[in-house]
Amino acid sequence: MNAPEKPLQKTRFDTIGKPRRRVDGRAKAIGQQLFADDLVLPRMLHAKLLRSPHPHAIVESVDVSRARAHRGVHLVLTGAEFPVPYGIMPVSQDEHPLARERVRHVGDPVAAVIAVDEQTANEALQLIDVKYRPLPTIASPEEGLAHPETRIHDYGEQGNIHRNQSYEFGDVEEGLAQSDHVFEDLFFYEGNTHLPMEQQASLASVEGDGKLLLSSSTQNPHYLHRQLARVLQMPAAHIRVIATANGGGFGGKCDPGNHEFVVSKAALMLGRPVKICLTREEVFYQHRGRHPVLMKFRTGVTKDGRLTAMHLQTLLDGGAYGSHGPASTFYTGVLTPVTYELPRFKFEACRVFTNKPACGPKRGHGTPQPRFGQEVQLDKIAERLGLDPAEMRLKMVTQPDSLTASWLRIGSNGLAECIRKVVEMSGWKDRRRKLGPGRGLGIACSTYMCGAGVSIYWNKMPHSAVQLLLDRSGQVTVYCGATELGQGSDDVLAALTAEALGIDPGNVRCVTGDTGITPIDLGSYSSRVTIMMGNAALQAAGRVRELLASAAAEALDTLPDRVAFSQDRVFAAEDSTKTMSFIEAVALAEAKFGTLAAVGSYAPPKPPGKYKGAGVGPSPAYSFSACVVETEVDPHTGWVTVPKIWIAHDIGRALNPVLARGQVIGGVYMGLGEALMEEQAFRRLPPKLSSALVHRNPSMLDYKSLTSLDMPDVEVALIEDPDPNCPYGAKEVGQGPLLPVMPALANAIYDAVGVRIDEVPITPDKVLRALEKKAKGESPRVGPETFPAVPYPQPTFVLPPWEGGDGNELKGREGRKAA
Amino acid sequence: MSAVPDRVHMRLDVNGEDMPVSFAPYKTLLEVLREDLGLTGTKHGCELGECGACAVLIDGQPVLACLELAVQCEGRAIQTIEGLANGTELHPLQAAFADLGGSQCGYCTSGMVMTAKALLDKEPAPSRARIKEALSGNLCRCTGYQQIWESVEQAARTLREAKP
Repeated sequence: MNAPEKPLQKTRFDTIGKPRRRVDGRAKAIGQQLFADDLVLPRMLHAKLLRSPHPHAIVESVDVSRARAHRGVHLVLTGAEFPVPYGIMPVSQDEHPLARERVRHVGDPVAAVIAVDEQTANEALQLIDVKYRPLPTIASPEEGLAHPETRIHDYGEQGNIHRNQSYEFGDVEEGLAQSDHVFEDLFFYEGNTHLPMEQQASLASVEGDGKLLLSSSTQNPHYLHRQLARVLQMPAAHIRVIATANGGGFGGKCDPGNHEFVVSKAALMLGRPVKICLTREEVFYQHRGRHPVLMKFRTGVTKDGRLTAMHLQTLLDGGAYGSHGPASTFYTGVLTPVTYELPRFKFEACRVFTNKPACGPKRGHGTPQPRFGQEVQLDKIAERLGLDPAEMRLKMVTQPDSLTASWLRIGSNGLAECIRKVVEMSGWKDRRRKLGPGRGLGIACSTYMCGAGVSIYWNKMPHSAVQLLLDRSGQVTVYCGATELGQGSDDVLAALTAEALGIDPGNVRCVTGDTGITPIDLGSYSSRVTIMMGNAALQAAGRVRELLASAAAEALDTLPDRVAFSQDRVFAAEDSTKTMSFIEAVALAEAKFGTLAAVGSYAPPKPPGKYKGAGVGPSPAYSFSACVVETEVDPHTGWVTVPKIWIAHDIGRALNPVLARGQVIGGVYMGLGEALMEEQAFRRLPPKLSSALVHRNPSMLDYKSLTSLDMPDVEVALIEDPDPNCPYGAKEVGQGPLLPVMPALANAIYDAVGVRIDEVPITPDKVLRALEKKAKGESPRVGPETFPAVPYPQPTFVLPPWEGGDGNELKGREGRKAA
Repeated sequence: MSAVPDRVHMRLDVNGEDMPVSFAPYKTLLEVLREDLGLTGTKHGCELGECGACAVLIDGQPVLACLELAVQCEGRAIQTIEGLANGTELHPLQAAFADLGGSQCGYCTSGMVMTAKALLDKEPAPSRARIKEALSGNLCRCTGYQQIWESVEQAARTLREAKP
């Protein structure tokens, strides 16, 4: 008889792969799940923020005397109380909880009132007198580059350039010169925002032991914890952050928010609980959403459509603060070479400060923009070369266990299978170009990381850790700092632990997202939780299972490595009649070893690239997606209807297919919204109204998103090609499926009516304009016409693996010539 | 203006329960439910009538609680998510949302479920198109709606089987 499968390399499962009600599903369906604004404490006060009406101004004075005197007001805070700056990235500590000398966008907080209720706090806000001296404003990266004398920050590369970088992997000009064709295209991707259904809320209190407790809708309690210690100048051990269940995040709750520092400080000053909940308008000012990005692609191909070299330039509108900007800047390029074999790649990126709410990470972080450009350009290339765009892609997909020109290591790779699957599901071969006038099909592909290989702050410690505690009742409690956003991280934690111990996931209690109790997890970002938390959980479960097996083996008269765990029972692999309940095994082990606990932790593998900057892009694994969108375009109105979308996602393994499918469809939904309508756009008020640069649509009515009536049916295929770096092979699914939708839609519109909209969102006015140009015999394209002169630096030059490189930078021109 | 405005006192019929409550008269039904009656199952996403997260039933009709003054609700039958389950037994809509992925983050769920209940009370076998239409005022950012439609369809089947 065969030995039982090793717990970490199982292929037959009790729980994994079976559709199940998620562990928190019941609480959500009955309205019992508590979100941050649902929390109430005795003696609780309420905070409100006064926000700047100016996009850029010196704060000359703030007089809070009248507000302080208002009945029911307990405290008024200004920037004076917050001398220490913060920022999610160590290199961009450029924010203060309340503005000190300067405001940098409409909505920048200047003062805070803490009062008995929200109504009173709002009244007192009106009594604060702020004297502003308006400054010239920067509305776009182009303006920022043209006016370096109007500096929004006094740090950065130069003028208003926050980050500026250049990398070259192999001689790209030579590669382009040797290509059969070189395509040059410009694309623009407008900014958009997360629009989580839950507005950010936070409740701060001082616990009985005198320590600070902040319960907050945050995706990253650990980073918030560090930043609170910094800004409040308190020992981190005296601060506890609980990430309450998030009502959606999508990246919008990754940055520490001004309000979180304000209520924490107020609670510490008053010794009373203080709560804040942002209004929906304020959520638009907190933002940290998708960067508007202008892109230029110069791409060389052979006559049969294989890539030879690519030169990508990006220009990011960063908004008023650093936020995740240094990472976002990298992400507008680093994942570009992961989908198709690309022998040489040059990538230049520049992020410019503007007087708008700060941009940051939104689902896909920095990668949807270049993916849109790349995949639309590929469609143009296929058209010009007379190739089927699906076939062309299929012929050049990257291989499993390969390196990119930029030294990213790709593990498992199901992209080819994804393409074949969506081609089959959509009837691509039979239906394409046969749907009749105004109707079309478009295809696009993408990839995403399963967690960033490097932490936001440099350290050698684990990225995720899990503690497992068992007791004689059979209860299994699993502790992890991971944060539930709705994506199902608690369910993943319960399912993996249950599978490894052969018990029902309903018997696992998850305690998560609490820096006072749970071991570190870096947060719910970069699609890292399933992989990193999951590997940590399997390590902990493996260790505890050894203790259980050792104790049970004696009673079952077998060897520890022949003890099997399944369906809440423990038995001898060779004779399943020798058996006991899981609870009995726990009791035996507790008697033999004492209290049963184990920890597990995970850090990603060291990336192969060694050049400076090689830390952004590496991941333990990459997911892949392919998508076909069908469209109908009304030639009279430019209105685009999407009857159906097919998507295949290489997930490695679907832990709970209900959740996995939900993440895929949810990603498609958000991508389609970005493609068709979502935009965080700004306009200048006329001079008589201060010329301020204001948000055009800071409400859920005016910020268009897809409703139930707009959403097409989505047919999902989950491609399961387990990745050895991932828990039971499971890769990410939270972000990847969004990415191919926008270019697939643009390509479908071309297929339908022969116009190119090289700009997102693709609104009816743009389609109509392109159709009019087509009718007049002009170039049937709407999109950016020029790319400004950006002072990109000299590139860091690295030889690709196949040109004899070792992953290090070649220093200087001599080194490069020698190569 | 007084910092602590005068309060009104009235009895509200919430989930069939007679609830005496005092509150400031400017308060919306949403605020009174959440802040004065402790019924935080009803959520808010905008407080401007744009998102549907706060939908409750008043006399069987779906209503946005953020747009309704609580003082106008005396003598009307208010139903919230808390009143839907039978003890610990979930309503078929709640069970379907939990089982089929109709709820991800859960923040829009209460409003979705209550709006769907109003639909199924009137139309036990709605088409997919009717479900889409009925829920078009309830935004969801997680699911892409499809698993919500499927949940409503499943619940409709369960309810029909229970009442042949």
